[in-house]
Amino acid sequence: MTTLPIEPLPTPARDDSARDRSGGVLRGRNTGDRSYRAVLTALALVLPLLLLTLLAELALSAAPAIARFGPRFLWSSTWDPVAQVFGAAPMIFGTLASSLLALALAVPLALGVAIFLTEFAPKWIRQPMAFLVELLAAIPSVVYGLWGIFVLIPFLRSAVVPPLKAVLGWTPFLQGVFYGNSLLAGAIILAIMVVPYIAAVSREVLLAVPASQREAALGMGATRWEAVWTAVVPYGRAGLIGAVILGLGRALGETMAVTMVIGNRHDIGLSVLQPAYTMAAAIANEFSEATTSLYLSALFEVGLILFVITVVVNGLARLLIWRVARGTVVGSRAL
Amino acid sequence: MTGLVAALSFAAVLALVLILGHLVAKGASSLDWSFFTKNPVPAGETGGGVANAIVGTGIIVGLAALIGLPIGVGTGLYLAEYGSGRLGWLVRFVADVLNGTPSIVIGIFAWTWLVKPMGHFSALAGSMALAALIIPMIARTTEEMVRLVPHSLREAALALGYPRWRTSLRIVARTALAGIVTGCLVGIARIAGETAPLLFTALGNLNFATNVLQPMQTLSLQIYVYATGPFDEWHRLAWAAALVLMALVLVLALSTRRAMRQRHGPAR
Repeated sequence: MTTLPIEPLPTPARDDSARDRSGGVLRGRNTGDRSYRAVLTALALVLPLLLLTLLAELALSAAPAIARFGPRFLWSSTWDPVAQVFGAAPMIFGTLASSLLALALAVPLALGVAIFLTEFAPKWIRQPMAFLVELLAAIPSVVYGLWGIFVLIPFLRSAVVPPLKAVLGWTPFLQGVFYGNSLLAGAIILAIMVVPYIAAVSREVLLAVPASQREAALGMGATRWEAVWTAVVPYGRAGLIGAVILGLGRALGETMAVTMVIGNRHDIGLSVLQPAYTMAAAIANEFSEATTSLYLSALFEVGLILFVITVVVNGLARLLIWRVARGTVVGSRAL
Repeated sequence: MTGLVAALSFAAVLALVLILGHLVAKGASSLDWSFFTKNPVPAGETGGGVANAIVGTGIIVGLAALIGLPIGVGTGLYLAEYGSGRLGWLVRFVADVLNGTPSIVIGIFAWTWLVKPMGHFSALAGSMALAALIIPMIARTTEEMVRLVPHSLREAALALGYPRWRTSLRIVARTALAGIVTGCLVGIARIAGETAPLLFTALGNLNFATNVLQPMQTLSLQIYVYATGPFDEWHRLAWAAALVLMALVLVLALSTRRAMRQRHGPAR
């Protein structure tokens, strides 16, 4: 029995000369195109190299402290430059506490702004108001710190803390005497600072929700508010969570304003009226007075921890936002 | 509920108004000729100005822009033109990561790379740190602006036999130029207010200095030192310096907004 010979399909003859003529211009085969691409690629490689050297340098400088203290560094709360014993727990706690407290204050505010500006505000007010809120992001950190020291803290001392203590003074969160520089002051400043970021990204996310979602809810008899709450917000949920996490990333790494109002004390306490410390503030305060190499190395380890945390937090936020508002460069719109 | 979200929005705007209002109320009265033309006087004496800090801010930020803008714009063009591959994805991701990096971390990085080997603090190290901050910002805004250019323009140029690089530079980039410049100005406004990366690089300087290899003062550093210092006179000068810095940032922000509106019309 003979099998039918299966002929391979004739491949179409390649006309290389024609391809070169048409593709040469488009695909970058000529010298100008090739060098243009090479130059741009070289410039684009600067950022990955920068990140690599940054990571390597931080890890290298932190190595002595990592070798000396091991994982204990993360939960030990002794920070004694004289005895050369270092543990970053108070700073890690202070960083997380101030940032989370700031988010608790900022998220309702920022989501309110985003919902108002995309769904309810009259058309003429949307653009100017969005701009004004985003201007909050343009105020330099050190100016926030100045305002915090001379306006916010006196205001808290005279008008906010006394009534707060009168009502909720029995809780462990409001113990102790309020001198001014405190976790509370740091968290409020941080909250104002991250509102523009969360609001801007949330607004992008809400704008990306298809109109059909709104219309379907309205068509079923929902009020405008119900349409927002049952259709628009759930649709953009991943993106909104991303916006909040992005705000968290900002808050974690914020340095100057927090350093100026949080009190800078190595201590873990539940009371928001007491001074606290953050990782960024510790570096800002102590880096130039670090006299021994181990002290310096411990500060580098603090920097490394801070860096890794912000990278993880920001990466997570980007992934969530991309799922909703794909392709838009979120965040850069905030000034 | 509509009233609630409206109230929240006005609260956010109120915060801005309060901060700007306090800046003007506490800073404006100190702005006079000597504030802009004199250098700081020793602690305890009254008077003096921030001439050295204003000049220092200009030099450090200018140098940072000189280093950072070409790299940032080039990276942005790369992302828009060739950024669909794996390297493009990587660069975009790295830019976003660096955009979220705490500036104090960049500061200690610049210290290990520039200050430690040189043996002393310098304005140049501060500029490099600020450049590292501005590159990822510029890269992403440039990419966004270049992507807004309609494809038909690019195709028309290519169809006329323009090579790709000239199409990219002379047609696409030029069309997006206003947007790219806007992005650069926003970036410059942002780094002009940075303090944390300068603490261990430019350090600050009480005297007038123009040598970029020596420590130099900036407005932001001066505000930090004066605000956290013990003297009322310093606090007065801190408010005035903050007002000047804020005015600088606001002018940049407002002019970019105007440029954007002329270019793209009132956005959503």
